[in-house]
Formats: sequence, C-alpha cells, structure tokens
Amino acid sequence: MERVILHSDCNSFYASVECLHRPEIREKPVAVGGDVEQRHGIILTKNQIAKRYHVKTGEALWQARQKCPDLVIVPPNYELYMRFSQMARRIYRDYTDLVEPFGLDEAWLDVTADSRGRDGMTIAEEIRGRIKNELGITVSIGVSYNKIFAKLGSDYKKPDAITRVGKDNYREIAWPLPCSDLLYVGRATKRKLERYGIHTIGDLANTPERTLRGWFGKWGEVLSCFANGLDCSPVARYGNQPTVKSVGNSTTTPRDLKNDEDVKIILYVLAGSVARRLREQGFKGRTVCISVRDNQLFSFTRQHTLGSYTNITSEISDAGLGLFRKHYRWERPIRSIGISMADLVPDTVPSQANLYRDEAGRERLEHLDRAVDWLKNRFGSFAVQPAVLLTDRQLSGFDPKKDHTIHPVGYF
Amino acid sequence: MSCKRYVDVIARFYEDGRLLPLAIWWADGVMYEIDRVLDVRPAASLKAGGAGIRYTCRIQGREKYLWREQDRWFVEAKQNAG
Repeated sequence: MERVILHSDCNSFYASVECLHRPEIREKPVAVGGDVEQRHGIILTKNQIAKRYHVKTGEALWQARQKCPDLVIVPPNYELYMRFSQMARRIYRDYTDLVEPFGLDEAWLDVTADSRGRDGMTIAEEIRGRIKNELGITVSIGVSYNKIFAKLGSDYKKPDAITRVGKDNYREIAWPLPCSDLLYVGRATKRKLERYGIHTIGDLANTPERTLRGWFGKWGEVLSCFANGLDCSPVARYGNQPTVKSVGNSTTTPRDLKNDEDVKIILYVLAGSVARRLREQGFKGRTVCISVRDNQLFSFTRQHTLGSYTNITSEISDAGLGLFRKHYRWERPIRSIGISMADLVPDTVPSQANLYRDEAGRERLEHLDRAVDWLKNRFGSFAVQPAVLLTDRQLSGFDPKKDHTIHPVGYF
Repeated sequence: MSCKRYVDVIARFYEDGRLLPLAIWWADGVMYEIDRVLDVRPAASLKAGGAGIRYTCRIQGREKYLWREQDRWFVEAKQNAG
C-alpha cells in the first residue's frame, strides 16, 4: 500500500516567532543572530524581507549588514522557540502518532492510516491553517509517498504553501531540482557529482546504481534510492527518541586560542560538562573525539579509544588534551573546539580491573567527581573549578551544560 | 495601533481541570466582570504579538478576546489605553 507522508517545515522559524511577538518589526528585514561579543555573530535565520536582500543563514552579522543596512538583528530566545516547536508538534499529533521531528522546525508525519480516511492534501491543508491561526506563523508542507520527496515538497514552494509530489508527477517536480536539494548532498558530494556531469536529481536517478556505488561506495546506493523515490524508511513514532550515541560539547571561544594553555582551559570546561552529563545520564564512554577549527575555518576531528570505559572528568580531559597535543602544530590560532565521548555503555556495566593501573586511585577520582557534582548542583556550575580555569576567566567563564544548545540531528 | 497588555485576572479552577476567567482587573483599578466565556481555543494574536489559549469573553455586552500565554494573561489594547 502506498504510504502518505507529510513533511512540515516552519518557514524562517526563529525569525517568524520573533516577528509574531514584535509587531513593530514585522514589516522590516529581520534576522535572528548570535551574540557578537561572544563571537557567535552569525545569522541564524532571516525573514522573507531579509531574504530579498540576499541575507544568508550562517554569514557574519557584519556581512549581512553590508547587504542590508536596515536589517533588524534580534538575539535568539531558544526557550520561546522550543515552546512554539512543542505547540506545532501537538497539532501534528492530533492527526497521527507517527510524528518524527527533524530539528525544532521540521517534522515528518505518516498519515496513511488516518482514522477518518482523509487524504494527505486535506490533512496538510488543515494543518497549514491551524498553525497559522493557533501559532501565528506559517508552514510549508510536502505531501508524498516517501520521506525524501515529502521534504523536497516542503522546500518547493514557501512560505505558507503545500506541494504534492506523487508517483504521477515526481519526474516533473523533483527531478529538475538540483542534487544539492536532496538530504545528505552537501558541498563535497555536490562537487563530486558535478565533476561527473550530474546536476539534477533526475540526472542522479538516471545514473545506474552500480555506477554510483563505484563513485560513492554504499552512499551511492542511498543516493540512487533517494533520487528514485524508493526510500522506504519509516516515520518514527513520537517519543521514540533515538538512543544516545554520544555526548559532546563544543564552543566558539570569545577570543582566538593561541597556545596549549588556552586550549587546556577550554577543554577542561568542555570535558567537565561532558563528564557531568555522562554521569547524570548514567553512561560511561570509551572513545574520546575532539574537533578543532582554526581561524581560517579549516577544521578537523580526531578520535582515540581508551583502554576502559570512563566518565571520570580528569581522564576525559587528559585524553582530549593528549589527542590535541598529538595532532595540532599551531600553524594558526584556534577559533572553536569541541570534545565528545562515544561508544557509550550504561555505567552499571561491571568494569574489568586492570592490574597495571591504580584502580583504587580511579575509585577516589570517581568519589571526587561525585562530590563536585553535588556541589555544582547545589551551588551552580562555577562553585568549584579546577585552578587552571581561574587563570583566564574570560575564556573559562561559560557553562556548556547550562547554556542552551540545539543539537543537530541526522536522518539515520 | 494595538499592543499587548498584560492584565490581572481573577479565574476559577473547576474540579474537572478547566480554568475559566471571571474578571479582568485593569491597570487603572477598575474591575471588569466577564459575563460569559463564549469560546476557548488555541490561537495567536497578530495584533498583540503572542500565542496561547484564547478566551472569547462577553464583557458588558461586548465581545473581547483574552489570552492565556503560559502563566500570564493579556489582551489586545490600544496603544494609549490603561
């Protein structure tokens, strides 16, 4: 049986929510941007009017102001966006349990088994109207028989529009679109495809799967499947959040990092937060991964697997710092850095004691962490800190655990 | 030009969990009794700029919207009122 899948995308989500709450800026070009002082000064979203000035998501605030001097830039208010995201999801769930959020502002809905037998277009129309009336913002919705084409549909016409991509018309609607509109075709894949003369989704669909596999390995099969509308991945049931695969924190620092000491301060703060979150959620991890981006925006990641599972703060920060020292030659100052732990197990899994390691010392460290957690929970994250953090308060004065982070999500 | 005005509200919690406003306490100290709540639904206010539960109330024979936005109540007011 053919599935009926909707993909709903809140148009310029952050900017729309801001414009709703500030009637005085509604008719002006508006963008939501990060904090310049903290050097998070990029455009997060912009409204339709700002779009006309070619203001782009991700560009620096000063670049955007050059294109559009009258641009109104407002700071983000994530709590408000989360509330609106919840309200939208509550509406979706009036139609089906199969609601799979993709970030705050997008979701897939599987409405194949609608109890009242309505078709996809009718439901999409109703949702579009309700979001507009009840939330005061607009959505664009794609209606299709698979998730990939539904997403193309929601991108096809916006704002406040519905596009159907069915088996009868996908060749006219989806195929002329550029490959880069497909989920997971980023800059690198796009460049590679263009080298082979493949520009549109149709080109991709008409390339034999075997050829694509030759170029991209198993991703070739996925791309071929996406382009031909053969993706059959299900829409997840709401609340079935995927299990945690890794815990990490990263930050763009208030000033460029110039030496190992600077990096040590940042990594200590980040590792402290990661370790604390691991303990809070009852995990231990074994693979430490660091990501580094220099001031020319060149970035890389490196990872290392430890001998045993851990959530001890000092072990994680030492491992991160060790990785960093091994792989960074200080050709350029660093702009942002992150650390994460993967290969997680529940912390109740018994661990193998190591004859050649001071297990009693490790146990003491675990006690220490527990005591520090207790103090931090009671008196705040800055109540107890490693002494090294006091050498530069400008660098260490952030709380990755508390500061709101919207985690990016993957399709798989 | 309208704008958002937060107001004091006297409301009643019913035993079944419903919450209905009984009166609005305006900033000038005047209390307006709500004769009847005609409709309750989630809605946005483009004029005031906000979204929440909208109560359509009859006050002194006139229909007026009252919003509950999380823990606060607001009305669409004229710029210079109150």
